[in-house]
This record gives sequence, structure tokens and C-alpha cells, in this order.
Amino acid sequence: MEFGPKQEILLPVKPGFIALSLFSGFLLNLLPLEGFMRWIYPDFVAMILLYWCIHQPSRIGIGASWVFGILMDVADGTLFGEHALAYSLMAYIALNLRRRVSMLNIDYQFTHVILIILIMQAVIVLTGFLARGIFAGWAYFLGSLTAGILWPMLTYLLKLPQRPKADPDRI
Amino acid sequence: MEQDLFSRGPSPAVRLTFFTLLSLLLLVSDVHYNYLKVLRLGIASAIYPLQRIAMAPVEFLDEAGDYVRNQSGLVMENEALKRQNLEDHAMLLRYEALEQENMHLRRLFDARMRIDTPSIMAEILSDERDPFSRKVIVNKGLQAHVAEGAAVIDDRGVIGQVLAVHPFSAEVSLITDKDHPTPVEVLRNGLRAVVFGFGSSDLLDLRYMSTNADIFPGDILVTSGLDGTFPKGLPVATVVKVDRNPAYAFSRIFCKPAAGVNQFLQVLILSSKEKN
Repeated sequence: MEFGPKQEILLPVKPGFIALSLFSGFLLNLLPLEGFMRWIYPDFVAMILLYWCIHQPSRIGIGASWVFGILMDVADGTLFGEHALAYSLMAYIALNLRRRVSMLNIDYQFTHVILIILIMQAVIVLTGFLARGIFAGWAYFLGSLTAGILWPMLTYLLKLPQRPKADPDRI
Repeated sequence: MEQDLFSRGPSPAVRLTFFTLLSLLLLVSDVHYNYLKVLRLGIASAIYPLQRIAMAPVEFLDEAGDYVRNQSGLVMENEALKRQNLEDHAMLLRYEALEQENMHLRRLFDARMRIDTPSIMAEILSDERDPFSRKVIVNKGLQAHVAEGAAVIDDRGVIGQVLAVHPFSAEVSLITDKDHPTPVEVLRNGLRAVVFGFGSSDLLDLRYMSTNADIFPGDILVTSGLDGTFPKGLPVATVVKVDRNPAYAFSRIFCKPAAGVNQFLQVLILSSKEKN
């Protein structure tokens, strides 16, 4: 088994695609859910932000993550700053670990993803506990596992428009 | 990687510090002051169309399911509905008679008549994904004159209370929300108490009742109307378990909400508080 990722030469990312992906992630987070799905449903905005922080740190960083955190605070009805704080911390960790993560094979990347999203969720739970005195329950952290499982698929989808078209001059 | 060699702007650590401080500032001011309400209102109305879009697939699946339901199913459903209609009608007649009698008795006792409060029909848009609380978003807001603090009910009983009003939607805090108090009285003997939500389960907690209080499983709790929010006499819950442990000052009493707190879609918002 090879340990490095397949070195691919990719086309540059269009800023419009980044915006579109984050917008779709936001829509996915707004889906009304019930029961068990509520707990295992991953935070798509966080996953997509994490992906772009790792692969396009010059475009998506701490500031953009903070803005999406504020949007999620309104959408989820949490206090202003709960998601914002967690997302910006997540972006910071991603910016520091991104070389290490992007050098890993996709099969190993998800361990880092689960860990980073766990830290992000811990920040949300902790601020919620300190500011409102309510503990969210352990099941809340299941979302990070689902995020890890879906990570390879997300990577594949978000890389799709960057793959070069088949060159007609080559066999 | 060119941005690392010729970095633009402040370093990530500086940015993180800045945004952390900004978040903490927002957190503290959101907890203690009311300044951010306007901002939340603005963002919420911008998000509202997106919430509708996210709702769309669910609604579409519902409608598609209705469409493919076959003819025999419809015939059976029609028959069942006819039967139900007849039964309901009979019940309604009895209800009307009872109401007539009730009004007559009230007049006799010169009691203050309860006026039917005007109400707004609303539909639940989404459950909030906030793991800390039990809240739902409904599709009526400022444009339908929903007031903050208004009572929200369904056909079986009390659901909750309007927490925040946005231009086209409103947040409703459910009675099962953690520590959400609802003043009630026991229908059987008029004993007054307050029920609190557990937050985690769909049960309610009747607190501060002494171990020898006259309350038993099966007792029905209705709103007492003492808070000025809920009109008197709406069903709230049924007592399911009374745990009288003499080691404690109070007994632990669990109640099951009367309204389908998690099952309904259409709700009524009582638009104005009843003033004496």
C-alpha cells in the first residue's frame, strides 16, 4: 500500500464553485430532521469549510469560517458566537495541519477529520454549557464519526471540477 | 503555497485571536444584553427562503406519496373518513349541547365568561438542530402579528410559547424544553403547581409537591391561567408516575404532555394575551 496520496495535477479552483459548495452545505444543514437522524447527521458546513481550509487556504480561512459560524448560529438558534468561535478554531487547526493532512492518503485523512470536528463540537458543547448551563449529551458527538465516514466522498465530489479533461492528443 | 512565502495580512494566530475575541464579545452581549436582536432578525429573514427550499424535498415527498396512493386505498380512506365524520358530528352535537349548558351555568354563577382568544394558524417549518433545547420554527411572524410570549397550542393541548419573532417566522420554545415552566392545576381538585420540561425526554416534571400531596397517576393537569400567558383550562399533561420517597421533601412526579409535542405540524398561536 502506498502512503502518499496520488499526485494529481489539478486545474485551478473557480471561486464560484467554492461559494456554491458552501451554499449547498448550508442548505443541507437546514434540512428538518427527526429522531436518530438528528444525532448522526454531520455538520456539512463544517466539513466543507474544513476541506477548503486544507486545500485552498488562501481563499477560505478563519474569517470565512467565522462568517459561516454566525449564519449557523442564527439558523440553529444558538447564541451569537457559539458556532463562530468553534468554526474559526477549526479553521486555525486546519491551517496548521493542512500539509500533514493533504500528504496523507485519503484512507488516513478521515482520522484527522474526525479529530478536528470532535474538537470543534467540543467547543460548541463547552460554550453552550458555560453560557447557558445545559449539557448537550454525548450522542451529539456522533456527528463527527459520520463526517469522517463521508469525508472520502466529499473529497471526491469537491475535486471533480478540478480534474483536467481527457487530453485528445494522448492515448 | 505562494501565500506562505509572500504572506498577505496578519498571521493565522493573530486572526484566530481577533475572531475568538469577537465571538466571545458576541456571546457575552447575546447572553446579557438585547443589542443583537436586530442583527439576528436581519439574518433570519435572509435565511428564511433557504429554510423554505430545504423544506421543499420533504413536502415534495409527501405530495408524491399522496399521488401514487392507489384507487382502492382512496376508497377505503374515503369510507373511513365518512364514518369518522359521522362520529365526529355526533360528538360535536354533544359538545355544543355541553357548551350551551356550560354557558348557562356560568351565567347563573355570574362567573366571568372566558372569551375565545383570536388565534393564528401556523405551520411548523423545522426543528432546530440546537442540541441544547427543544425549539421549533413556525411560518408566521411579525407579518401575521405574532407577539412574543404568545401561547402555542394544538388540538390536544399546550405545545409551548413564542420565544422570538422574526419577520416571516417565529421561534417556539416547547413545554418539554429544559426548565420551561408552565403553571398548571390538577383538574380533579384544583391543586395548583408548576410543571417543568426535562429537555432530554418527552416528559414533564411536576416539582415542589409535598410527598403527601393529593395527586395520583392519571390525574389531568390543565393551565391555571395564573401567568397571564395561557388561558385557563387548556390541557397540559397527564400524570404518569408519582414517586413518593419520604427521604426527600418533595415527591418526584412525571407527566406526559397532552399535545403531540413532537408529532403535529399545524399549530394555533393565541394572538393576544387575555387581560382581566
